[in-house]
Amino acid sequence: MNSSAISVRNLWKVFGSGGAKIPLDPELSALPSSNLLERTGCVAAVRNMSFDVAKGEVFVIMGLSGSGKSTLIRCLTRLIEPTSGSVSIGGQDILQARPAELRDLRRQKMSMVFQHFGLLPHRTVLDNVAYGLQIRGAAKNERYARSREVIELVGLKGYESHFPEQLSGGMQQRVGLARALAGDPDAILFDEPFSALDPLIRRDMQAEVIRLHKDMGKTMVFVTHDLSEALKLGDRILIMRHGEAVQCGTGDELVGSPANDYIADFVSEVPRSDVLTLKWIAEPVASSTPGDAPVLSSATIIRDAIHTVMHSSSPVLVEDSGTITGQIDRDSILSVLRSTRAAA
Amino acid sequence: MSATLIELEKTSGTEPAPAKLPRRRLSRRALLLLSAAVVWIAGFVFLHGTGTLALPTSELTDLHRSLNHFNSWVASNRDDNPVFLYLLSPLRSAVDAVAAVFTTVFAASSIGLGLPEIGWLGTVALLGWIAFAVGNARVALLTVAVFTFFGLQGLFVEAAHTFALVVTAVLLSLLVGLPMGVLAGVSGRVEKIITPVLDFMQILPTFVYLAPLALVFLIGPASAVIATVIYAAPPIIRLTAHGIRGIPENTREASDSLGTTSLQRLFTLQIPMAKRTIVMGINQGTMAALSMVTIAALIAAPGLGQVVVRALQSLDVGTAVNAGLSIVLMAIMLDRVTTAASERALPATQRRRSRVSRRTRMIVVGATFALVLMLVQLSRTMLWAARFPQEVNLGPAITGGVDNASEWLQTHLFLLTGAFREAVTLAFLNPFQTAVTETPFFIMFAALALVAYAFGGWKLTALVLACLTMIIYLGLWGDAMVTLASTLVATVIVMVLGIVFGVAMGRSSRFDKLMRPVLDAGQTLPAFVYLVPFLGLFGATRFTAIIAGVIYAAPAAIKIMADGISGVSPTVVEAAVASGSTPWQVITKVQLPMARKSLGLAANQGLIYVLAMVVVGALVGAGGLGYDVVAGFVQSSLFGKGLAAGLAIVFLGILLDRITQAAAFTAPSRSLSTAQPTTTKEA
Ligand SMILES: Nc1ncnc2c1ncn2[C@@H]1O[C@H](COP(=O)(O)OP(=O)(O)OP(=O)(O)O)[C@@H](O)[C@H]1O
Ligand SMILES: [Mg+2]
Repeated sequence: MNSSAISVRNLWKVFGSGGAKIPLDPELSALPSSNLLERTGCVAAVRNMSFDVAKGEVFVIMGLSGSGKSTLIRCLTRLIEPTSGSVSIGGQDILQARPAELRDLRRQKMSMVFQHFGLLPHRTVLDNVAYGLQIRGAAKNERYARSREVIELVGLKGYESHFPEQLSGGMQQRVGLARALAGDPDAILFDEPFSALDPLIRRDMQAEVIRLHKDMGKTMVFVTHDLSEALKLGDRILIMRHGEAVQCGTGDELVGSPANDYIADFVSEVPRSDVLTLKWIAEPVASSTPGDAPVLSSATIIRDAIHTVMHSSSPVLVEDSGTITGQIDRDSILSVLRSTRAAA
Repeated sequence: MSATLIELEKTSGTEPAPAKLPRRRLSRRALLLLSAAVVWIAGFVFLHGTGTLALPTSELTDLHRSLNHFNSWVASNRDDNPVFLYLLSPLRSAVDAVAAVFTTVFAASSIGLGLPEIGWLGTVALLGWIAFAVGNARVALLTVAVFTFFGLQGLFVEAAHTFALVVTAVLLSLLVGLPMGVLAGVSGRVEKIITPVLDFMQILPTFVYLAPLALVFLIGPASAVIATVIYAAPPIIRLTAHGIRGIPENTREASDSLGTTSLQRLFTLQIPMAKRTIVMGINQGTMAALSMVTIAALIAAPGLGQVVVRALQSLDVGTAVNAGLSIVLMAIMLDRVTTAASERALPATQRRRSRVSRRTRMIVVGATFALVLMLVQLSRTMLWAARFPQEVNLGPAITGGVDNASEWLQTHLFLLTGAFREAVTLAFLNPFQTAVTETPFFIMFAALALVAYAFGGWKLTALVLACLTMIIYLGLWGDAMVTLASTLVATVIVMVLGIVFGVAMGRSSRFDKLMRPVLDAGQTLPAFVYLVPFLGLFGATRFTAIIAGVIYAAPAAIKIMADGISGVSPTVVEAAVASGSTPWQVITKVQLPMARKSLGLAANQGLIYVLAMVVVGALVGAGGLGYDVVAGFVQSSLFGKGLAAGLAIVFLGILLDRITQAAAFTAPSRSLSTAQPTTTKEA
């Protein structure tokens, strides 16, 4: 498990007094949330959660409001103290970390971007970005130089001496992003960073995150309740419901083979042609298909294959790492497009 | 969405009772209150004059005599008891030393010519400069003008004495209050411990601890300053804690996520973000300090307060007004300067954009400081700059003018003021007081117990009975009843004013804007000042004392009522108007019932404020417990009785506070569950 940046095992967070014994009690821990609340007055916000996040991966946690996303992501740096289980970051079990070690971890390895920005209103943009470095004890020149770099990186050059109040929501979140980047952490946690922003700005910011990820390759854990955002950003997506993991996989796995009705319902409005790859619709190669038919990779998104398939007189072959695994024709493409239309 | 739904379910799930049974519960309470009235009236009619437990003014109980012994015990132990030797006496010397520094600098050095170290000119210049540095040019000018005017009034030294004590007390209050406030803000446990203590200190009338403090710390600046710190520190503690608690959770979380230690969090986040509220606390603390420093004249604190006290004792209206004016001006100045400082504490974006840059400002501050140094130097060499020139003294003119005016008023308006006073006294005050004081104590016990039970059940009844028993034990039942009667009369007047003005302000924002500054001014004035004009108008009587209490308490009650009325949902008012209600119907059927909680709160605060003035009122002719306290200050043989009277005021205060709070607290359950639905249904 050395390749994973973050590794979570059997993590529980139960709010309420006496919550500590609930994960240990086989009867109570099996109860659904409403019964548990009635019986014990406790809320199990995260239940028996296990997953790994690989280095450089963008891992998205998704779920409806109240499903426990914020609680889960805060447990990763113990902003909320987990009830039981383990969280290891770079091989270090942080639940055993002493306060000073924990602070070091927050200063060096993980930083976080918040839904409501959490900027300090009495500090300028520059001072906000430099805050984390100041906390570490970096010298003034050093921290300002580094902060100016990061401010430029997130596109706020020229606003260094503004106060947060004087900026729009999108710009404020850029400051939040810059603050998280300033300390050059190994991983960045995002808790619904863009849900307070309007759709256009949200799109810009998503593009910004994708760009930053490409440039820096940092591990990212990204919480959202917006499925299209999840599909756009996430290498893998974890869907939570009532504190439990329902399914974890890549976007096309969720859409192509939903684990249950809940997920199926969840992803039903997604334009399948935009998410699914050819792998999901390939059929066995028919004997009539000519050997010189066009070949596409099985990882091609259906939408991108439309042109080739429609302009080919024969079915198109699908290959996966050098071997032909199947074929697709106009009908299979059209049926996907039809179901997409119907859902929309 | 879902969260709100869940919340609604929760509240309706946990409290079904009040929603279902409001009517029956209310009528039971009305029945209890009615029976309390019947018990009282019947007791008065059939048994009046018996069991009144009245104690003549000069008579003492055994308890009072043993409290007198405490007096001599302290005197004889001061020099060898370790508590005194190692704790209280060093504390006194330290406070005295700090006070002496400021007094020497601003008012009078204890040696030599008795001139202030930096002369009057230096004082004016230095204080003006400080006002500029912490505030702005406007308040600096105000400071200079006000202090120069003190000189013109012939009261420069007295004013400087008062100022020096205020500065000492505020500094010490900050020393105590800021750390405690920070602790209470950071730790929920500390706050839980501190809050009831602060609550108690707030209902504790200042005079109650004045005499014991003077006993322990001796008469003089030290006990005055310590009393003032006790009075001024609570708002500082409260507002500091409040400011720190008010910081949004998400900001705190963000700083934690960067790995702050708790000290780093305190200094980079909590204190900067709470700065504005903390400075507001300093403003309130300063105003409280001024109020208390003037009152501490009763234990021989030097300054303006002493001039007022002496003038009140000799009924010298002119001198009292002259000194009262100084106190008012100092209050205005302190208020404006600290308010300006709190504006400066705003984050740069919210502050009004000033035309001068930070740098220019720094240069001006530096340059003016050089000027101040020059003026100080001048004051130390030239007599005219050291002592305020006697030739330009407007004091006698003001005093004489006021004397004439008050004499004219008393002779010409006597028919009016006298008639008014007599009418209220005869028609209202006397019968009520008789009904309270002449009723046997056991009847009062029963009646008050019924009232307490009606509002707060057994728990409150037990508390009320305990308080009443303590008053009897203190041997001051008769005097307590006199005080209770005038307190209640004053509170009724306060409530009438509160409702009339509060409704008017709540309904018209223009009137509200007009009244706010007047009320604010009324609340910042030191308590003493109220007495002065009314003494001129009505002479030294019980009535004057009641008016003083009313004036002191009314602003708070009016504000609470105005906020309550304007807090009534505009949609409900609109609906009532749309359904054809007359304004009178809107007020009586919608606004007042819905502001019921404010009504209770206003009564509560009104009572506490009136009670706080009980002792001050005794200076102008009130009897009862207040008189006992004042007499205890003056005559050492009455010390014990005065102390007991102070304690009796505390018990009376707790009793009234808890009953009115219970009444106010149980009110909203009705107004929420029944008033709202019916009004909307009518609409
Ligand atoms: N401090 C707390 N005390 C008690 N219960 C809490 C606390 N914080 C969260 N919860 C409960 O835990 C559950 C999960 O909350 P959480 O904030 O993690 O949800 P979320 O998925 O982030 O929702 P949203 O999308 O609205 O932010 C909710 O039922 C919530 O009521
Ligand atoms: Mg959340």
